[in-house]
Amino acid sequence: MITRTLSRLLVSGFLLASAGNVLAEAPKPAKSGYEFVKEETRAMQDDEVENTGFIAVEQGRELFNESPASGKSCASCHGEMGEKLDVKNLARYPIYDKALGGIVRLDDRINICREKQSGETPLPAYSAELIALETFVRHLAVGEPVNVQIDGEMADLLKKGEELYHIRFGLIDMSCAHCHDSYPGQFIRGQKISQGQGNGFPAYRLDTGEMANLDLRIKQCLVLMRAEPFAPDAEESKLLGAYIMSRSNGLKIEAPAIRY
Amino acid sequence: MKTVNTLIFLLFATTPSLAAEAEGVPPPPEAYCKWEMVNYSIPAPLCGLKGDALRGEKVVADASRGNCLACHELPIKGVEAYGTIAPPLSGIAKRLAEPQLRLRVVDSRHLNPNSIMPGFYRDPNLINRPGKGYEGRTFLAAQDVEDVIAYLVTLK
Ligand code: HEC
Ligand code: HEC
Repeated sequence: MITRTLSRLLVSGFLLASAGNVLAEAPKPAKSGYEFVKEETRAMQDDEVENTGFIAVEQGRELFNESPASGKSCASCHGEMGEKLDVKNLARYPIYDKALGGIVRLDDRINICREKQSGETPLPAYSAELIALETFVRHLAVGEPVNVQIDGEMADLLKKGEELYHIRFGLIDMSCAHCHDSYPGQFIRGQKISQGQGNGFPAYRLDTGEMANLDLRIKQCLVLMRAEPFAPDAEESKLLGAYIMSRSNGLKIEAPAIRY
Repeated sequence: MKTVNTLIFLLFATTPSLAAEAEGVPPPPEAYCKWEMVNYSIPAPLCGLKGDALRGEKVVADASRGNCLACHELPIKGVEAYGTIAPPLSGIAKRLAEPQLRLRVVDSRHLNPNSIMPGFYRDPNLINRPGKGYEGRTFLAAQDVEDVIAYLVTLK
């Protein structure tokens, strides 16, 4: 219907100066990607045996308990099952870290712990190990509503993230908002577009057959747009990720979700 | 239960250049032909090329090239799914003449600054953060665009 209106506006010669605002709105209410995937995909996610993402949870749990040379495993501080981690805190990621003066994502935090506490080298971005650890830790907070801070230092950063979300990228020359704000529920060929929410991540992707955390998922959209993706530790990656997760505030954490 | 379709095929992806990219030698971009907009249309064919409707039909359906089907309905047989985010194109030539069609395919942003339709022959200088191997390139080659136009004008 939006399309109809658009083309009618177009034909009648009104350039869409005003529609710019309409297009810029984040979809309300926020809906999980779960509501956009096929029924069989939902069933797969809901069944812990069928849900391939649990392989990563299990791997993550093992890594969490692995003792490095320093003798300090993650579990030595946080409990074998991570039971000493506060799930309410986990649901707040990405957070603003006053000491570090910037956004810290869950995988950043895991690497910081590895370095500072366990005396190990950080794991490479998107490596199976890092994503497994992130999946295990995030899964501890499954069912908790996402609760990213939106005031204080975060307010400005989220604004910047929102701007990035509305910039056109790559040869496809579309912005994230073009697909995920204007057309959720519509189809790009056979594929239903969702609101591009972050609450399911890390998720197992049917398309790639691998786990992706939110940053990798964003990168995969940018590559499809034939755009140069931002480096994993680039400020832009953190801003976009934080903005997306703030849009997901209130949605229940589903990690590991099954997604297209 | 693995989905067979990849988004790559659903949308614009499969990059002929990816193979070349892996070897570190993206194919050279073709020289960009300047075009002139007159009355919200482009009367002159790009680079003076002549289009071929049959080839154009292949380009619009080809996921790695036009992939117009990702967003538009088109009267092409044997297509299992069309996109629903753009107006259907069956009968489009009854409404739009060749020069108008050309502007829409080349760069519809000149009509609608908010258009989500990719500019298939948009000035490469206007592209933000093109991926590696895509710098200085247009989405479609000028010949492909002319082939698409030749096909679209048959949709009466
Ligand atoms: C041309 C369309 C298009 C554009 C532009 C686009 N995406 Fe996507 N995106 C998709 C499709 C299709 C999917 C897979 C189905 C779905 O979940 O929406 C997807 C999935 C996602 C998901 C996963 C959602 C889930 O629950 O599985 C996120 C997050 C996302 N995109 C973020 C982005 C960001 C950030 C940008 C811009 C940098 C962007 N997208 C640009 C089409 C697009
Ligand atoms: C990502 C989505 C997308 C793709 C891919 C796409 N279009 Fe479009 N197209 C649109 C939208 C949306 C419109 C409606 C006007 C606007 O928003 O600019 C449109 C409008 C048009 C129009 C004018 C229709 C009218 O009713 O006035 C023509 C002609 C057209 N497209 C042709 C093509 C061709 C040919 C291709 C492939 C080479 C293509 N489009 C690919 C989204 C797309």
